[in-house]
Amino acid sequence: MSARTLVTGIGVAAPSGLGVEDFWAATRIGKNAIGPVTRFDASSYPARLAGEIHGFEPAQHLPGRLVPQTDRVTQLALVATDCAFEDAGLDPGDLHPCDMGVVTAAGSGGAEFGEKELRKFWSQGPKHVSAYQSFAWFYAVNTGQIAVRNDLRGPTGVLVGDQAGGLDALAQARRRLRKGSRLIAAGGFDAPICSLGWAAHLAGGDLSTSDEPERAYLPFDEAARGYVPGEGGALIILEDEEGAVARGARDAYAEFAGYGATLDPRPGSGREPGLRRAALTALADAGCHPAEVDVVFADGAGVPRLDREEAEAITAVFGPLGVPVTAPKTTTGRIGAGGAPVDVVSAVLSMREGLIPPTTNVELSPAYDIDLVALRPRTASVRTALVLARGRGGFNSAVVLRALD
Amino acid sequence: MSKQEFTFADLKRILLDGAGADEEIDLDGDILDTDFESLGYESLALLETGSRIEREFDITLDDDIFADHTTPRSLVEAVNASLKVTVDA
Repeated sequence: MSARTLVTGIGVAAPSGLGVEDFWAATRIGKNAIGPVTRFDASSYPARLAGEIHGFEPAQHLPGRLVPQTDRVTQLALVATDCAFEDAGLDPGDLHPCDMGVVTAAGSGGAEFGEKELRKFWSQGPKHVSAYQSFAWFYAVNTGQIAVRNDLRGPTGVLVGDQAGGLDALAQARRRLRKGSRLIAAGGFDAPICSLGWAAHLAGGDLSTSDEPERAYLPFDEAARGYVPGEGGALIILEDEEGAVARGARDAYAEFAGYGATLDPRPGSGREPGLRRAALTALADAGCHPAEVDVVFADGAGVPRLDREEAEAITAVFGPLGVPVTAPKTTTGRIGAGGAPVDVVSAVLSMREGLIPPTTNVELSPAYDIDLVALRPRTASVRTALVLARGRGGFNSAVVLRALD
Repeated sequence: MSKQEFTFADLKRILLDGAGADEEIDLDGDILDTDFESLGYESLALLETGSRIEREFDITLDDDIFADHTTPRSLVEAVNASLKVTVDA
């Protein structure tokens, strides 16, 4: 059997921080990063709050040739990837290009770039559309640009499954490592804060219309009234253990120990949603008993029906109040395909620090029998973490991360 | 009304606006006879550049103009030849 899959580097671009240090400094104390939309005029839309990344200047981080041909989401993905390689103590040039690959998840692709070019198409005609529109809008663009920039010529792929897709990308990376790749860069990104992306979120119908940044996105709260979209994501360097040891990688964060994915049954069927089974599958894959799990990073939909389903699934697996549960994404909003990889980053950092970040702003509804880490962080020995993610369309994914001895 | 001359400065500006510049390359240096490929501009960058020249100067360029004219000097001459045909017509 192949060696274990290790998390050896992390990079993050989130509303709460660009770069792991800033991100964790804000996340560990639950500092709110949700605010009024500034990237476009949202005043006439029913939803007007977002988790935006402020102060990001792509030209400060990326080559001049890349900036005109990339959407914001790709710029964020490339910068997070640079951070992750640096964090792994690895220059991509240190390994053979064919031994390295990249798998990312995306929800909406390069929405802002696409919107700008569609505007030109309709107002000025097809000759005014950028040649780079051919790929800049596309779901697979982050994978492609990461591969080109870092000369990763091994397996590549892209997963589309909303929030769940971010975990599916990590699982696909592990499959590729088991088939012989040496290193896979994996994660997920979304940047939907433009009028095109906003229209898509609004069409989904679960957007919070609150104007109060600290009361708008409240999963597991009686006042839950939808979600706030965020932008960004995370990139995680996964390596097989033998290769990581052989190159002298020190301080790997954790083992990527288990994964499970399910689809919900047809709406109205009356059958149980798939989240519990995804969690149990991931635990079984990791060879892990529920009692060993120290924290659950919840999907935290912020929609009463979905919150109830998730709370019931967690209680069914762990028993009432059986495990600490947290959803630090209340500070950033839901980042689509980027949300779960950001949670994976939080999970491995909570292992490193021995601290579970809080679910800011939320007062737990008495309807749920879960041990929510609300308002304040909690010190804890975190050896095993379960990350849950659900995507629109019935996708459920779960990942188990385990501390290394 | 189309402009009557396409200059090297126009080309530099359009390259920068449409496709950016490689950090290793000084577009203000002596690059008139350097291949676009060596300057860091691949086929898509040239497609975008050609499309911007066509819009701004209100001309139609041959599909293979960058295949036949691989350096700034050669391209500027070819675009001007095309402009002259347009004006004369």
